[in-house]
Amino acid sequence: MADAPHIPDEAETRARWGAFAWSAENAEQVKVIIGRYPPGRQQSAVMPLLDLAQRQVGAETQTQGWLPVPVMEYIGDQLDMPYMRVYEVATFYTMYNLAPVGRYHVQVCGTTPCMLRGSDDVFAACKNKGLVKGATTPDGLFTLTEVECLGACANAPMVQINDDNFEDLTYDSMSAVLETLAAGGQPKIGPQIDRQTSCPEGGPTALKEMATENHDYRGDWA
Amino acid sequence: MTDAPAPAPFVGPLSDKDRIFTNVHGFQDWGIDAAMKRGDWDNTKALLDIGQDAIIDIMKASNLRGRGGAGFPTGMKWSFMPKESKDGRPSFLVINADESEPGSCKDREIIRHDPHKLIEGALVAGFAMRARAAYIYIRGEFIYEAKVLFAAVEQAYAKGFIGKNACGSGYDFDVFVHRGAGAYICGEETAQIESLEGKKGQPRLKPPFPAGAGLYGCPTTVNNVESIAVSPTILRRGAAWFNSFGRENNRGTKLFQISGHVNKPCVIEESMSIPFRELIDRHCGGIRGGWDNLLAVIPGGSSVPLVPAREIMDAPMDFDGLRALGSGLGTAAVIVMDKSTDIVRAISRLSYFYKHESCGQCTPCREGTGWMWRVMERLRSGEADLSEIDMLQEVTKQVEGHTICALGDAAAWPIQGLIRHFRPEIERRITENKGGAPMMEAAE
Repeated sequence: MADAPHIPDEAETRARWGAFAWSAENAEQVKVIIGRYPPGRQQSAVMPLLDLAQRQVGAETQTQGWLPVPVMEYIGDQLDMPYMRVYEVATFYTMYNLAPVGRYHVQVCGTTPCMLRGSDDVFAACKNKGLVKGATTPDGLFTLTEVECLGACANAPMVQINDDNFEDLTYDSMSAVLETLAAGGQPKIGPQIDRQTSCPEGGPTALKEMATENHDYRGDWA
Repeated sequence: MTDAPAPAPFVGPLSDKDRIFTNVHGFQDWGIDAAMKRGDWDNTKALLDIGQDAIIDIMKASNLRGRGGAGFPTGMKWSFMPKESKDGRPSFLVINADESEPGSCKDREIIRHDPHKLIEGALVAGFAMRARAAYIYIRGEFIYEAKVLFAAVEQAYAKGFIGKNACGSGYDFDVFVHRGAGAYICGEETAQIESLEGKKGQPRLKPPFPAGAGLYGCPTTVNNVESIAVSPTILRRGAAWFNSFGRENNRGTKLFQISGHVNKPCVIEESMSIPFRELIDRHCGGIRGGWDNLLAVIPGGSSVPLVPAREIMDAPMDFDGLRALGSGLGTAAVIVMDKSTDIVRAISRLSYFYKHESCGQCTPCREGTGWMWRVMERLRSGEADLSEIDMLQEVTKQVEGHTICALGDAAAWPIQGLIRHFRPEIERRITENKGGAPMMEAAE
């Protein structure tokens, strides 16, 4: 694959991550996760475990996290899976990082619904802040990735930064989000315009009672 | 066009009392107490007491067609499940919340704002098809939504609504949440099952169909989130109520997701068969720049062919109405494009999407999606030759229908729609790029 990431140097990675083990809290979580699947079907837990491991690596490195080879081997041993089966899964799904990323993983959606609403401007805002697609900024703060549809099309254009969505972006609001993050702040999550989730801007066109009270419409059922 | 039902007079917009997802915009709390005040989990035992086969009969009579895109009748799908296990294998319900079709964003709203409709639906549907448990496969990028769903499932367990003796019915039923990790193809039912088993999400050959051998080799039904979440309300209000919306064969209410060049994009529940113009004017504040500025619409998510403005303006938004226009309702993800749109780029970006998301299992799709995208880029810039348009059309036909799953078809159709409706625009770019306009010279 031409766009396959550069896998970090093996010896260095082993030295750093060879002794990877679950934190006490995550070890408990692992038991819960494996318990969701029938006995003998623990392989089903490989995806949630890879996610959990990536988060633990992230917490230890102050980044979004990634999956070093020894960590994948550790999960394979735990689930009684050959390493290659784990590696297959890790390389198939886009949310597993196979190489280190920055503190904030800026994932800009570039698919058509976002493109129509101005994702070019969002990319321009990133570029202006020194972010380069597929790379991490020299200060290790931002990694920029163009991703495919993230399923928030009525709030396009949008970006997902680590676990948070920022929606209804413009060049200016995207710049503001990046500036706030760079300054160590937490930007407002969700729509960056005055709007309630995916409700039409300016207020609801239906179910208006819901805006002010938890209305029960059953009284009107015929 | 003759097989489409006659358009019924549109009876007006859906009234609030007939909306199923009353908290769709999340003005109110998603939690179980607030949801119960809105009517969820209201004596669910009585719904289960209807009986397994009777529930399936009501679902069949409601004429609910699956909301995940294909539109297969939901009640009939449930009826394919075995009525008893002859060999001890349990049955499973898998709920497809891997919402990744560009344009689609309805399951997200259900899960983060009305999750208890989904969980109650999981119990009712799982009970009717005699499933042991439901796995809700939610796409990995829905991180906040998954948090809500995990918490909502815990709330339902704490109240005794699911788990052992669910709702006091004597039926044991578990609901588990499984997060994906970023792969469009896992929205395909057999790929989703592979992924749930901890493998790469590559579709399986059918047969065997999931109802015979699905998750862990056990009988499995895969249903879309919306199909499951509407089922308790259908059972409470009856098949006749659901049938009172939309045209024949296109019944019920539907979450429409309007994105692109409208003044106010939104997600909104409306009656099936609502005319496109009514939908946009009522909820989206009209087309950006007015109706004369409308260029084309992709009415059902990226996989369906686009429809030019003049054809869609007054078309009914339902399965048959859009099929008559050579497109489809899909997930009712309506992508609107005005005349400022670079239409070739818009479709080329979709080609890139399919290239990115091809699982690589079948050669026509793995190689074809990349090839089609590269040619689309040549058409976009105009550096292609005129003959490449027909060549591209030919290649889409070589991909379509020659793959295990429908991703190959989905990659081919948007391009076919573009060539069908916007060939003059593609030709214009090519001739202009070559520095001349041969059409004008022909007059000499």
